[in-house]
Amino acid sequence: MLSYIIRRIIMAIPLLIGISILSFGIIHLAPGDPTALMMDPNIKPEDMEAYKEKYGLNDPPHIQYLKWVGNMIQGDFGQSLIRQGTDVSFLITERLPNTLFLMLVSTFLALIISIPFGILSARKPYTLTDYSVTFTSFLGLATPNFWFGLVLIMFLSVQLGWFPTGGIATLNEPFSLWDRIHHLILPALVLATADMAALTRYTRTSMLEVLKQDYIRTARAKGFKERKVVYKHGLRNGLIPVITIFGLLLPSFFAGTVIVEKIFNWPGIGLLFIDAAFQRDYPVIMAITVIAAVLTVIGNLIADILYAVFDPRIEY
Amino acid sequence: MSQPENQLQPNVQPNVPVSPEPMAPLPQKPDTLTRIAVDKFMKNKLAVAGLILLVFIIFAAIFAPVLTPYEPSSQQLLKKLTPPNGEHWLGVDTLGRDMYTRMLYGARVSLLVGFASVAASIFIGTIVGAVAGYYGGKIDAFLMRVVDVFLAFPSLFLLITLVTIFDPGIDKLIMAFALFGWTATARLVRGEFLSLRSREFVLAAKTMGVKSSKIIFSHILPNAMGPIIVTATLNVGIVILAESALSYLGLGIQPPTPSWGNMLQDAQSLTIMYEAPWYPIFPGLMILVTVLAFNFVGDGLRDAFDPKMKS
Repeated sequence: MLSYIIRRIIMAIPLLIGISILSFGIIHLAPGDPTALMMDPNIKPEDMEAYKEKYGLNDPPHIQYLKWVGNMIQGDFGQSLIRQGTDVSFLITERLPNTLFLMLVSTFLALIISIPFGILSARKPYTLTDYSVTFTSFLGLATPNFWFGLVLIMFLSVQLGWFPTGGIATLNEPFSLWDRIHHLILPALVLATADMAALTRYTRTSMLEVLKQDYIRTARAKGFKERKVVYKHGLRNGLIPVITIFGLLLPSFFAGTVIVEKIFNWPGIGLLFIDAAFQRDYPVIMAITVIAAVLTVIGNLIADILYAVFDPRIEY
Repeated sequence: MSQPENQLQPNVQPNVPVSPEPMAPLPQKPDTLTRIAVDKFMKNKLAVAGLILLVFIIFAAIFAPVLTPYEPSSQQLLKKLTPPNGEHWLGVDTLGRDMYTRMLYGARVSLLVGFASVAASIFIGTIVGAVAGYYGGKIDAFLMRVVDVFLAFPSLFLLITLVTIFDPGIDKLIMAFALFGWTATARLVRGEFLSLRSREFVLAAKTMGVKSSKIIFSHILPNAMGPIIVTATLNVGIVILAESALSYLGLGIQPPTPSWGNMLQDAQSLTIMYEAPWYPIFPGLMILVTVLAFNFVGDGLRDAFDPKMKS
């Protein structure tokens, strides 16, 4: 087991190197060089030269790349072009907890809603219940999340006044748990929608497969209650493939945070990313892209390892 | 749907000996794989409904100028935010433009971006996947690592990054979607090629000295077309969703060119939310229905091409 984990981690290294090369390549597509963005156009040529020398802009590309990667590993993502003098790593660490919190809650929401519906669908396949669940998940997959968010804000927040229109907490008020939850419900729901739909369908397929197995028939023949057969004998195996799917859904989940945070004005890294995109703040854009990619690799790594832990049939 | 029944089972008549006489002419065309797939598809009600919707939307997009008396960019400022009525079926937007007209013209943009970028990404993905799957070994290992790298990036982040570097526009958007959409196809095609390349017909072609390129494109590829068509169909839906999100954010199709996404741009103002709740409904529904239709057709095709699924 340990050797499998180590091998799996080693396999992730070329991936991380590839990610860094691709990111570095993309950022070098940007027109002009950083000096054009940051400096006074009337600067004297020798000052410009000194500046370039100081920040290593005269180095050949591979040296620049190595320096960039070296700094990144130490958590140094450079400085924001717009908010001069602010470290990108500071901007990100300030916002990351908000995003992770939102993601965690909506993951939880997606799981507690989609798994029971997936099971329900699989227990009564090809019935009205199954068709309604399947159709609803089709709808969930096809709904543009920004539009769903807009419509929810319009009806539930603006027209009915049940929820705040955005933000993470009421301004200028002392911390209260209810206030936080109140602000969290809509964004978490919108972020969870697409994944809910996908997870429901995967749970259904996987449970359908499991409930056909011989050991389920044996359990039923022994006279166990249906509930026990499904939830104790079936579910344990039925959920194994769902773990992998969860790893695969991570990138779309990150993408979802960008849109949800923008709509609900949620102060996380998604909103930071959009703001940076509009201001052409390349160091911030690049740092967040790389972090999202690295988190995706780590997420898939964890999913793979969990898969091996839960499914003893996997050889490693 | 009164389609002819499949002729998968031969008519077995146990007591009648097989007659040596010349056979009577076949009552109908013999079953081909395509025919079986079409039959199965036509029996899938959701898929057929999706197909009809798509044909309808495509026609609406093509014949947009005939279907509306207005121009997509002409403004009648006095009428701004008029709710839907007999004259303006879906109302008038904040700049006094007819929403129904903009939806029709928006369909052109959304469908163009969807079809063009999927065509390009399928092209790249098929070539990469075919080469990787056919040759195997080191080429395969290298290409698949490249695919892994692309897949690790949440594509929306890469798209937005690219859009900030090259200013947004329809052509750039299509290029960006093609550049990051090919990876899933490449994996799929590679898988198909891996299993097909060791079949007898490929071996036979190799023995006869057929060139590799010909084996790849004329012998193996036609056998892998089913799954490729399915992914392509589903991908158009995915691209339309992503394009609408980018356009909504202001990073995709730029006004005044209408797209379903950028029609929603000013919908988050409080004025609209209080006074014109009808405003954001239709463009959003349009995106939803279109994507749903592509998904239904894609799923229908998947079942139709799958020999394990009974019709």
